[in-house]
Amino acid sequence: MRIERHPILDFPKKQKIFFMFEGNEVYGFEGETIASALHALGIKTLSYSIKKKRPRGFYCAIGNCASCNMVVNGIANIRTCITPLEPNMIVERQKNKGVLK
Amino acid sequence: MLNQTGIPTLDQVLSRFPDKKALVRPKAILECYEDIPCNPCETSCPFDAIQIGSNINTQPKLDVEACTGCGICVTSCPGLAIIVVQIKNNLAQFKIPYEFLPYPVKGEIWHGVNRSGGVICDATIDHILINKKQDHTALVTVSVPVIHLHDFVTIRGKNE
Amino acid sequence: MIYKDLIIIGGGPSGLCAAKTALEAGISVLIIERSPEVGGQLVKQTHKFFGSKEQYAKMRGYDIAHKLYQDILAFSNLEILTDTTVVGLYQDQVVTVLNKEKYLRYQAGSIIVATGASEKFLAFENNDLPGIYGAGATQTLMNVYGVLPGKEVVMVGSGNIGLIVSYQLMQAGVKVKAIVEASPSIGGYKVHASKMTRLGVPILTSTTVKKALGKEEIEAIELVSLDKNWQEIPDTSKIMTLDALCISVGLTPMHQLLSMVGTEMKFVPELGGFVPIINNHHQTSVQSIFVCGDAVGIEEASSAMMEGYLTGLYVSEYLNHSHPDHETLVQHYESQLSQLRDGPFGIKTKVGLTKLKEGSNHA
Repeated sequence: MRIERHPILDFPKKQKIFFMFEGNEVYGFEGETIASALHALGIKTLSYSIKKKRPRGFYCAIGNCASCNMVVNGIANIRTCITPLEPNMIVERQKNKGVLK
Repeated sequence: MLNQTGIPTLDQVLSRFPDKKALVRPKAILECYEDIPCNPCETSCPFDAIQIGSNINTQPKLDVEACTGCGICVTSCPGLAIIVVQIKNNLAQFKIPYEFLPYPVKGEIWHGVNRSGGVICDATIDHILINKKQDHTALVTVSVPVIHLHDFVTIRGKNE
Repeated sequence: MIYKDLIIIGGGPSGLCAAKTALEAGISVLIIERSPEVGGQLVKQTHKFFGSKEQYAKMRGYDIAHKLYQDILAFSNLEILTDTTVVGLYQDQVVTVLNKEKYLRYQAGSIIVATGASEKFLAFENNDLPGIYGAGATQTLMNVYGVLPGKEVVMVGSGNIGLIVSYQLMQAGVKVKAIVEASPSIGGYKVHASKMTRLGVPILTSTTVKKALGKEEIEAIELVSLDKNWQEIPDTSKIMTLDALCISVGLTPMHQLLSMVGTEMKFVPELGGFVPIINNHHQTSVQSIFVCGDAVGIEEASSAMMEGYLTGLYVSEYLNHSHPDHETLVQHYESQLSQLRDGPFGIKTKVGLTKLKEGSNHA
């Protein structure tokens, strides 16, 4: 679901970045955030709520609301909407408050 | 009505049209019906044909005599609220702002659309102008039957 | 501890403008910005701006952001930290920041809080389903990352942001099925509304979202009509399918750092929520801390910029390092601000600012 052409903006081709999501290899592009890459792949559910396990996605996309928290490289509560995508990142849906190791 | 739907009434539209006699030459129609702080139309006009004044909330007024229908104001208005029109026998030829892809191509027939978004006629694309000064707002010259002089406002692709 | 004359928290339009006048006055400035680049919300604005030449009218938002940044680059006593979040603001002018894993402490002669605003949310059943985004969030996705928020979308809210983002969605190739507005009239500029009606997008006033439907993600919404008292009219339920819902119901100032440092705050609905009480120099009750832009009242970028230029001047004066053209420029920018607020759309702000300056803590 990426924009091919736009009347005002240019979207130059960027380098593909491969990363892991829930055990599967997926990709995004250089310069984007984890949440953006996932959204482009059609993945909208980023976590499950703590008590009722309801699916949760992002809301504000600029780091204010913390709706986009996921576990990245084993660390919980990462605000994926403002975290730049890096090669080989391991991204998982968060299902609890997060455990500090 | 404008406040509830975003669609101006026919009276509001007519209030911005000069006498039909004046439209033998192309003239700008300034469809700015609200006091908002804005004046690029006034500052862009090379003929000083648009008047707003020191209080930039004032709605713009056109000096019909001075207006040459050049269309610079059409692509300068941030609200895309200005069109230029000229009556050419049984056709009304408009210059409208257009900011979508694909751009219309000269000679194509597109849908002619009114202010409610309804298709009202066929519109012939006469010309399209895109230059750096317009900053991604194309100026499309398009002709429709003159009966739609007060209805036509924009175009829509036929394969949408 | 690193020392600066002035720390500006937030590199959006008002922060960048404050930096310009302060730098011209000769003081050392540090701008701290949490995003990878400065420019605030301007970087994702693809539409041409209103106002006058002073507010860069006719320029597209992202070009204004670029210009404001270019305007300050040449100054040698400027430092900009991006990807850096301010995590603490203290009464002795200490600012603590986090950049990845690095934690730093700064102290300044004075601080300007220019943190902008945050999108409000709307209460309705199942409003936590994935696929429900703030309008600003859809702009970020589309205009910054080139990702489509959905294929068929409904916009809730007909203020300027709702109307403008709806247009931008159509430009990106997304079908906007309707714009829904709870109040009986359209909130934003009618020229923005007309751009949408021309595209065949209906603006449904006195209508609101009652619930969202879907299992893993949003698939549809239930709309209902409202009467004069904002109550649901029975039997007006309508289901609309979609794959993304955009919520544009207003912004609220990001006041958190000010609350932390203990500036006197007031709840003013006309200004968007909690705002610091300021004097005519944009100074809060903590002498060394100033505020400008949306953080002190929701308005437009045009006002944020003028407030920024002014606050940079006032802070320089406070630090006994006034701008050489202080008087002239203050008069100029105050008059610009006044002009922007002179029309019908400025009334709400003027009411809010009057309430802010009154006695009690609740407006």
